[in-house]
Amino acid sequence: MADRNEPLQQIKLRRDSALAALVEGVPYIRWMGIRFDRRGDELTALMPYDHKLIGNPLLPAIHGGAIAAFLEITGIVELAWTAMWEDMEAGRIAPDASIPGTIPRLPKTIDFTVDYLRSGLPRDAYARARVVRSGRRYASVQVEAWQDNRAKLFAQATAHFLMPQG
Amino acid sequence: MTKQDDGAAGTPSKEARDRIAQQFIEALPHARALGMTMVRLADGEAEIAMEWNADFVGDPHTGVIHGGVISALMDTCSGAAVLSHPTAPRSTATIDLRIDYMRGATPGQRITATAQCYHVTRSVAFVRAQAMDEDRENPVATATGAFTLER
Repeated sequence: MADRNEPLQQIKLRRDSALAALVEGVPYIRWMGIRFDRRGDELTALMPYDHKLIGNPLLPAIHGGAIAAFLEITGIVELAWTAMWEDMEAGRIAPDASIPGTIPRLPKTIDFTVDYLRSGLPRDAYARARVVRSGRRYASVQVEAWQDNRAKLFAQATAHFLMPQG
Repeated sequence: MTKQDDGAAGTPSKEARDRIAQQFIEALPHARALGMTMVRLADGEAEIAMEWNADFVGDPHTGVIHGGVISALMDTCSGAAVLSHPTAPRSTATIDLRIDYMRGATPGQRITATAQCYHVTRSVAFVRAQAMDEDRENPVATATGAFTLER
């Protein structure tokens, strides 16, 4: 359903609060300081630099584990967002962080492979995920992350997820 | 890429090397923020533990710790195993890491990772790791990774 005359503010409010419900309900995303920027249905994850993300204080460089976590969070949120988009736009669901029970169940990670392409600089990092294939039970997702230059990835990942059932 | 340089010059004794690697890993800001503690470190094998913490929950419906926390624990443990290898690498960085998640870690239970550096060449170390909660018989996750070796 695409109502051409639906008020713009209403559309934005629906999408932003649904995204917030996905992200703000997860304590670990908050702890990592990760946020999501939305342009239409396109999400960009942002991980602002924080000293607690550092793995090597001498260089310094962001911890490989923090980078893996950033990519995994980006993949899960993108997949859950993609999966609920149609129901949300049709008004069948209205996820709201303040109303328990309205937050969709999240996909579960089956496996996750991360390639470290460059050392993570002590700066903000960005990531985008692409749902390559999403079936009823399984999904395959790719994630790319960069810092200063969009074309120079510092990490990428491929992951498989089990979709929530029922 | 995570670099873990033990900062030691020359070739210190095995005990000195282990002590330095242990102190260094416990001084990693991210490992410290997650509350990791080194349990065992010697000859290319490491064991690191961390407590369950409500801040690290990834699924608010179940209270299960986020996979990213398990990844960070196994990555740290793997890097530590590489640094403790008898060939005494100066530093290491993760090239790639693949993690298989078998089940959610039981909320409230301590999580322990073990890593074995099972083969090294001049410039690459191959590592296997697993993560367990208090049920040691059924791993929460396993990982395999390749790490650089700086000599």
